[in-house]
Amino acid sequence: MATARSSAGRTAAAHGILILYTVIALFPVFVIVVNAFKSRRAIFAEPLALPTPETWDLVGFRTVLGQGDFLLYFQNSLVVTVASLFFVLLFGAMAAFALSEYRFRGNLMMGLYLALGIMIPIRLGTVAILQLMVASGLVNTLTALILVYVAQGLPLAVFILSEFMKGVSADLKNAGRIDGLSEYRIFFTLVLPLVRPAMATVAVFTMIPTWNDLWFPLILAPAEATKTITLGTQVFIGQFVTNWNAVLASLSLAILPVLVLYLIFSRQLIRGITAGAVK
Amino acid sequence: MTERRPFRWHIVVFLAPAVLVYTAIMIIPLFQTLNLALFNRIEDATRFVGLENFRTLFGDPRWSASFWNALANNAWFFLIHMLVQNPVGVMLAALLSSPRLRGAAFYRTAIFIPTILSFVIVGFVWKLILSPIWGIAPGMLASVGLKSLFAPWLGQEATALTTLALISVWQFVGIPMMLIYAALLAIPDEVIEAAEMDGITGWSQFWKIKLPLILPAIGIISILTFVGNFNAFDLIYVAQGALAGPNFATDILGTFLYRTFFGFQLQLGDPHMGAAIATAMFLIILAGVSVYLFVIQTRLRRYSF
Repeated sequence: MATARSSAGRTAAAHGILILYTVIALFPVFVIVVNAFKSRRAIFAEPLALPTPETWDLVGFRTVLGQGDFLLYFQNSLVVTVASLFFVLLFGAMAAFALSEYRFRGNLMMGLYLALGIMIPIRLGTVAILQLMVASGLVNTLTALILVYVAQGLPLAVFILSEFMKGVSADLKNAGRIDGLSEYRIFFTLVLPLVRPAMATVAVFTMIPTWNDLWFPLILAPAEATKTITLGTQVFIGQFVTNWNAVLASLSLAILPVLVLYLIFSRQLIRGITAGAVK
Repeated sequence: MTERRPFRWHIVVFLAPAVLVYTAIMIIPLFQTLNLALFNRIEDATRFVGLENFRTLFGDPRWSASFWNALANNAWFFLIHMLVQNPVGVMLAALLSSPRLRGAAFYRTAIFIPTILSFVIVGFVWKLILSPIWGIAPGMLASVGLKSLFAPWLGQEATALTTLALISVWQFVGIPMMLIYAALLAIPDEVIEAAEMDGITGWSQFWKIKLPLILPAIGIISILTFVGNFNAFDLIYVAQGALAGPNFATDILGTFLYRTFFGFQLQLGDPHMGAAIATAMFLIILAGVSVYLFVIQTRLRRYSF
């Protein structure tokens, strides 16, 4: 009896702490989104209240969509993220297949060489990367950003994918070889579909830092036509710092797409993190 | 008679794109940056100056004061993460992994949300909340009768860096939580049952049985935190600008590198000194990673089940 009661008490305490921390984690986001829909007066008078018909006001969103090129920024971010993702997954899977499937001289060294980038941040090479982009005329192009993010995403992608590819049945691949499939066909039609869950994990890990990065857009592509949404929001808020409606609205607009993507992929992300850690 | 195997071109084809992009955009620029640190512009010509830039960085009082300030701030930033982020992460993970807890998936998803937001959002959100003008933070403190405790934390030299470090902890606590949670789930039931047979339950079970088993995960989190912190830039830049105010109280190596290399306001950009700072950061991160790989990781006992 006593143990049952103490375990019920412990469960209640666990819920209490977890709810408290959930509130701490979500409260700032809640405050921003709620106030983005209110009039300026209501933002200051009742910052914690939900918008009511009297305080409802979309002036912030009108300012943001009218003044900034948010649709263009959004499109730039989308292009950069999707293209980086595509090449990280394609090149990463190809390299991971070579490393996990074939025995050749230098295999281990190549694996270690590619893994270096997991620990050493690409940012430290920024000075020379900028010089390289200037020399090749790629400054202020989305191509420059895509190249950098592909290089940044590859090490982890190769590492995770080669771990998974080691688990693909050798019999299946050998059966394909006996049937006369080329090595390329084996990779694309037999192996790739089987490592799809791992690809999704890598995709999430690549997508979040790429979408959120501020450093490289700021240095490599700060022009109006190539601003990403992260940089665009930063610049916009810097200019409209006293226009609270606009600031709150632009923050809400920046939060939304990431939040939607996260809620779609969260199961995948959590499974990816836990699978990677359990190994 | 040994027949030579034909050269397997497909291996080259599979490896080439990844290796080329990675080498051209990451490895070569990294070494070029290290190399650039050994040159400087003297009378309109780029000359090899050896370690002169480093002598300036550590010897010239104007440079060395900024450098040591940034390094000390960075160390404090890291320390706060280790002391707050990781214990909170372990605690949350331990609670989440308690058996038969309802709604664990919901808590997990919600607590991880700040981690996916960009620094721009996080920096401005907290700036607004802590702003003395808007009054959310003072208002909330007033409602519990603690209004006198409020101060413009981000604007004061004494508290700005700690406040930013705590904001960063708020953002990233989901990562240690998730990794430790995974490590806790990986402990086999038999081990826990054996402990219960021996009468080890609750707190002492956590300290004596589970904690030693998740130490490798804590080690990985520590090195990830170290690399992330000594490479941080965005949050400080968004919240305090490139000048890392007030009066450089929040300047860390990332913002110092940005200002030096890119120039800011009245200061002209200097790629060679920037490269010297990047080299110093590289060596610091390399040292941390080596300590982890060769000292910590080899001593951590791993248990395989």
